[in-house]
Amino acid sequence: MSIRVRDVRKVYRRYGRRKQFATLKSALLSGSVLRDLHPDAVFEALKGVSFDVATGRTFGIVGRNGSGKSTMLKLIAGIGKPTSGTVRVDGRVSALIELGAGFHPEISGRENVYINGLMLGLGRREIARRFDEIVRFAELEEFIDAPVKTYSSGMYMRLGFAVAINVDPDVLLVDEVLAVGDEAFTHKCLDKFAEFRRRGRTVLLVTHSLDLVTRFCDEALWLDAGVAKVQGDPKRVIDAYLMDVAGQENRELAKAGSRAPGSGMREEPALSDPGARIPDPGTEPADMFKAAEGRWGSREAEITAVEMIGVSGQPAHLFQSGERVDIRLHVRANQRVRDFAFGVGIFNAEGVCCYGTNTLIDGGVAGELAGEGLVVFEIDGLNLVEGTYKLDVAVHRQDGVPYDYHRLLYTFRVKSPRKEAGIFRPPHRWSFSGGIRMSGL
Amino acid sequence: MLASLRQLFKYRALISSLVARELKARYRASTLGVVWSFVNPLLLLLIYTFVFTVVMPAAHPPELQPFALFLFAGILPWTWFSSSLLESANVLIAGGNLIKKVLFPAEVLPIVSVLAGLVHFCFGLPILVAFLIYYRVPVWPTDLLWFPLVVLVQLVLTTGLALLVSALTVHFRDVRDLLANLLTLWFFATPIIYPISQAPGRVRQLLNLNPFTHLAVAYQDVLFRPGPFTQGTRLLVVGIASALVFFTGYFVFDRLRDTFAEEV
Repeated sequence: MSIRVRDVRKVYRRYGRRKQFATLKSALLSGSVLRDLHPDAVFEALKGVSFDVATGRTFGIVGRNGSGKSTMLKLIAGIGKPTSGTVRVDGRVSALIELGAGFHPEISGRENVYINGLMLGLGRREIARRFDEIVRFAELEEFIDAPVKTYSSGMYMRLGFAVAINVDPDVLLVDEVLAVGDEAFTHKCLDKFAEFRRRGRTVLLVTHSLDLVTRFCDEALWLDAGVAKVQGDPKRVIDAYLMDVAGQENRELAKAGSRAPGSGMREEPALSDPGARIPDPGTEPADMFKAAEGRWGSREAEITAVEMIGVSGQPAHLFQSGERVDIRLHVRANQRVRDFAFGVGIFNAEGVCCYGTNTLIDGGVAGELAGEGLVVFEIDGLNLVEGTYKLDVAVHRQDGVPYDYHRLLYTFRVKSPRKEAGIFRPPHRWSFSGGIRMSGL
Repeated sequence: MLASLRQLFKYRALISSLVARELKARYRASTLGVVWSFVNPLLLLLIYTFVFTVVMPAAHPPELQPFALFLFAGILPWTWFSSSLLESANVLIAGGNLIKKVLFPAEVLPIVSVLAGLVHFCFGLPILVAFLIYYRVPVWPTDLLWFPLVVLVQLVLTTGLALLVSALTVHFRDVRDLLANLLTLWFFATPIIYPISQAPGRVRQLLNLNPFTHLAVAYQDVLFRPGPFTQGTRLLVVGIASALVFFTGYFVFDRLRDTFAEEV
């Protein structure tokens, strides 16, 4: 076992207002030096995390920002101690946390390599032996004797990376540092990691690049708000993580939607609430397609709630491209209406109308609208490319004068495993004949 | 704590490199470069000499001749002492990036400040020797053996205080300002610009509580007062006190060590 993490908790102390403005003098005068060293509030970055990394494995940690990934990495690196629990690491550790953290701008790259190497625990002779390799790896042969302050940020990072990786650790900790160089340098770094693996070294990778985790890691851990959520096969962990992220996006869209009047659950009282975003009935904008979001109309008939239902059968805001979706309009007539039509429009984030229709265009002949009712607009396949879309719904007179127009009040997201261009995704298939061979389609 | 000290020994190569870097970086962009290390103490000394021999010659007893040398014997070590402490107060905060991002014993930073100060002190010594030759002051041969001992005691005392000051500053930023004023007071409470014999009895007792008093007197004995070194006992007592200060400083530093990464 190369890394053993057992029930690790890390509590950051946050000092309240009082401490911030306290001075040594006031602390001494009130005799509260010791008391002031006690925090007013605490933040638990890690809430009892346990995992093992076997020697020679490449282990990935994923999670949202602020989930405790970097804290975990620092504890393993020995920078800081866990509040409770134990961290055990066998062998020499090198942490690629902040590259070139110890560089001094005024002195040359050469001297900085020596000092940085010493800081990372190398001896002078070891550095001398690896010096050429470090400089070659950083691609800084010409500039190594120039002061570091003259380096570009890329050169700076490359040198930092080259020193840290040449410490030749048994355990390498990497925190989101692959974004340092150009494409070629990133490849070189990845090759270096691969070489580490071949030599049976342990690598711990903290990253937002899920792709990297699935490609490189033997095992992965998903940290969420300081708790180890799922651990094991990278594919499985990433899938679980992505599911959760999608779920959260869905909830956020729902939250954003519920701020709009009349959306979401039908018992929501938003409609009777004349919110600031609802213009007075009758203030219909001149050009409806250029109008900002809002709601207007004479309200003989009203749309009291709008829901989008995906394959799950539940109201949702996140759909797969091509998924079957029902748009449900809950309608209430405040008086008997004979001249009416229902309309639906879908707009993308740039405000381009992707599709719009109404019952009149589709050939519907209005009979009568009275009391309450439900309109369902069934879309067999939501053939849109990935992106965020907004919805217009309306009930209006056949000449277009609205009873109740909801403009861009409902947001939904379409997800797709492919990254196509455009807006519309026609259902399609490829086939080949003659001298063309292609597989995978 | 002993383990930390042993670990510190392993980092001696780093410490010496950092001291060298400190000195190189300081003068890298200046025209005179390392010459400033000689010029700075010289100019300081000229100012003090001007004030005490031209502006207010009656401020010191006339038998204290050459007064410039007397001043120099005290000011040179004092400059090392005060600049090291002032720098240490800043050093952990300035090096915050290192403490937060690299596994690295933080005490290296204040120790480097003190040692860089020691190197500057040593750069001042040739000027001191030049003065000794110029004024034809005879230096007692055995005094030359005592001199490094006095320096060693000052090193231990300064390092202990530097560790204490640097660790406390992380938690109480106002230590920095407090320290600057305290050092001014401390300077005048040390017999540097006046001989201790000039202080009235009551005040002298107070001055004797100040460890730097004994160091200053010891330097003056070695470099200024003719005759063999007479401050052996004093030096021993100050040496023991300095060792205590060092261990206290290191203990406090070691206790607060884990809080640095979160506080700087």
